[in-house]
Amino acid sequence: MWEGVKDTFEITKKDLIEFSRDKLRLLSFFMMPIFMMVMIGFIFPNQNSLKNVPIGITNQDKGKLGKEIQKAIEDLKLVNDVPAFKIKEYSDVEAIKEAIKKQEISGGIFIDSDFSEKISKNQPSEITIVEDQINPQMSALVNQIILRVTDGISKKVGAESLAKVLISKEKTKSNINSLINLAAFFVNPIQAKIEGLIPGNPSYFEFLAPGIIAMIVMTAVLTGLAASVSKEKEQGTLDGVLIAPISRFSFIIGKALAQAIRGMIQGIIVLLLAVWIFDVVIYGNVFLIALVLLLGVFSFVGLGILVSAIASEQETATQILFMFQLPMLFLSGVFFPIQQMPQAIQYISKAIPLTYAIQALRKVIILGAGISAIQREVFVLLLFGVVTLFISVPVFKRIITK
Amino acid sequence: MAENIIEVQNLTKKFKEFTAVDNISFEVKKGEVFGFLGPNGAGKSTTIRILTTLLRPTSGTAKVCGFDIIKQADEVRKHIGLVAEKIILYDKLTAKENLYFFGRLNKIPPQVLKERIDKWLERLHMKEWEDHLVGTFSTGMKQRVNIVRALLCEPEILFLDEPTLGLDPQTTRLIREFIQELNSHGITIVLTTHDMVEAEILSNRVAIIDHGKIVALDTVENLKKLVKDVKNPTLEDVFLEMTGKEVRDKPGNKLKSRGGHTARSSTRIR
Repeated sequence: MWEGVKDTFEITKKDLIEFSRDKLRLLSFFMMPIFMMVMIGFIFPNQNSLKNVPIGITNQDKGKLGKEIQKAIEDLKLVNDVPAFKIKEYSDVEAIKEAIKKQEISGGIFIDSDFSEKISKNQPSEITIVEDQINPQMSALVNQIILRVTDGISKKVGAESLAKVLISKEKTKSNINSLINLAAFFVNPIQAKIEGLIPGNPSYFEFLAPGIIAMIVMTAVLTGLAASVSKEKEQGTLDGVLIAPISRFSFIIGKALAQAIRGMIQGIIVLLLAVWIFDVVIYGNVFLIALVLLLGVFSFVGLGILVSAIASEQETATQILFMFQLPMLFLSGVFFPIQQMPQAIQYISKAIPLTYAIQALRKVIILGAGISAIQREVFVLLLFGVVTLFISVPVFKRIITK
Repeated sequence: MAENIIEVQNLTKKFKEFTAVDNISFEVKKGEVFGFLGPNGAGKSTTIRILTTLLRPTSGTAKVCGFDIIKQADEVRKHIGLVAEKIILYDKLTAKENLYFFGRLNKIPPQVLKERIDKWLERLHMKEWEDHLVGTFSTGMKQRVNIVRALLCEPEILFLDEPTLGLDPQTTRLIREFIQELNSHGITIVLTTHDMVEAEILSNRVAIIDHGKIVALDTVENLKKLVKDVKNPTLEDVFLEMTGKEVRDKPGNKLKSRGGHTARSSTRIR
């Protein structure tokens, strides 16, 4: 037993020394997670990126209300006193559409000339939001904010109108202000209050970060293991190891461990970048994160062994794995929650160990979950690892001696 | 009569349709140099890979150092050294790191390991290169370190699969002398080669294998007697008599094997 463990460490040490001697590989090893993180971190917009977003406005309203809406939008500040929108005025809707086509603005608002007048006659009135459909993510954000602003004004106007009606119908002598409060209740009887598990509003990036970490660590192991075993096979050094009186299991685990250490280092880089540059807050226990990652690695080892046994050349192994990698990334919920996917696809997702690692990691990092909240994921990952290992080690033994 | 250190019984290895080794049986005596000759694709390397536990036979078995190659593979591994066709060293490690790595896998105590490495590197004039990366070595230098690696566990049998392939005359000579030296210390050598001179100088007995079958097995002297129509026949005459003069590379492996073949025959074979 102890001998086996020693053999395992020998193999791991050898692999890591070999790896550290390749300057170019070392460079790309460190650059990959940095590129990945910086790219994804800056690409995806969130509310914090709503600064001076140019939008167009056409306000033909003769009354006061149109101006009120325009001012509310102009004055809106979401981050650090920087206005969210930069307003450009246009003569009509067509001009706004033309400007969107030229991508001069990221959306527009049109307020008709009888806007205030209709409301004063107690008729519903509308404003038009013109969407920039080229940029769905940004326009969703813009729409959401504008709707929020108009909704607020709309309720206020509604309450005031209602109060006026009440005064004229009831002929009461009550205070106008208390009547407005009452009217506000009629207009908006249910108030939703949002309470999260953690303070603040997690950005899409905070959703992404755990997925990216799990993905980098686990795919590094999967492709790395298969590539490094088939490389030894191709170069003939595998014979030298196999002819030594060591167990095949030690060899495999040693190789996997070397890959796991490499993967974990990359994972740590990603995590640090996420915390330092992108202000991701880790609410859970760091050791629990490491445990989940290790289990994730473990769940992939068997699969890596299988591929390395089947593929006779390094290139073949890499290619086989590449085929699975991309679908796996999308199906495991790195970029989109799997709950959003069609039912049939969700079944496939549930057969991928990465899905569970990501889920567990998200729970721990974003929601500060403890071990009891992720025991199902931990169990599934363990099961994946044990089952695939039990299948793949005998297969590996059998295939390498043909 | 010396005891048999390798006993092969009805060994067969098939790769799908192709029979690489066809029901062969032979013995190798303790302390001899056993030459293993045959055209490309005749089954030499396959036989060696089976005897060194790297391949599983389709049927039949063999005993190496008294241990069954299938049931007692780990025991067999403790008693053999292998210099295969491909050099078993990591390019990104130094000579020393390579040797320590393989030595530790063979469970050699550190002190003993150090002594052996120093001794053999010294003998093969590679001591001063021990801290250099193997990847920077010439083929001849790599092969010398590779042989040291095969010797680390002090094997009873050393399998050498074309050990001088592609080496310069100086290194070839050094290695041949070294093989004789090892043999004189009692190590049994199983050698495959396409170099008839090498086979003749080194081998006590020679087996000629063709189409997976052993077509002749005897001392070089006795084999020569089989050739009737040539005066003073060489081992090459025996070889061509036994295996025919046709080039028999299959279309599939023609390019690969012909390259090495012609290059060598022009430099080595008289």
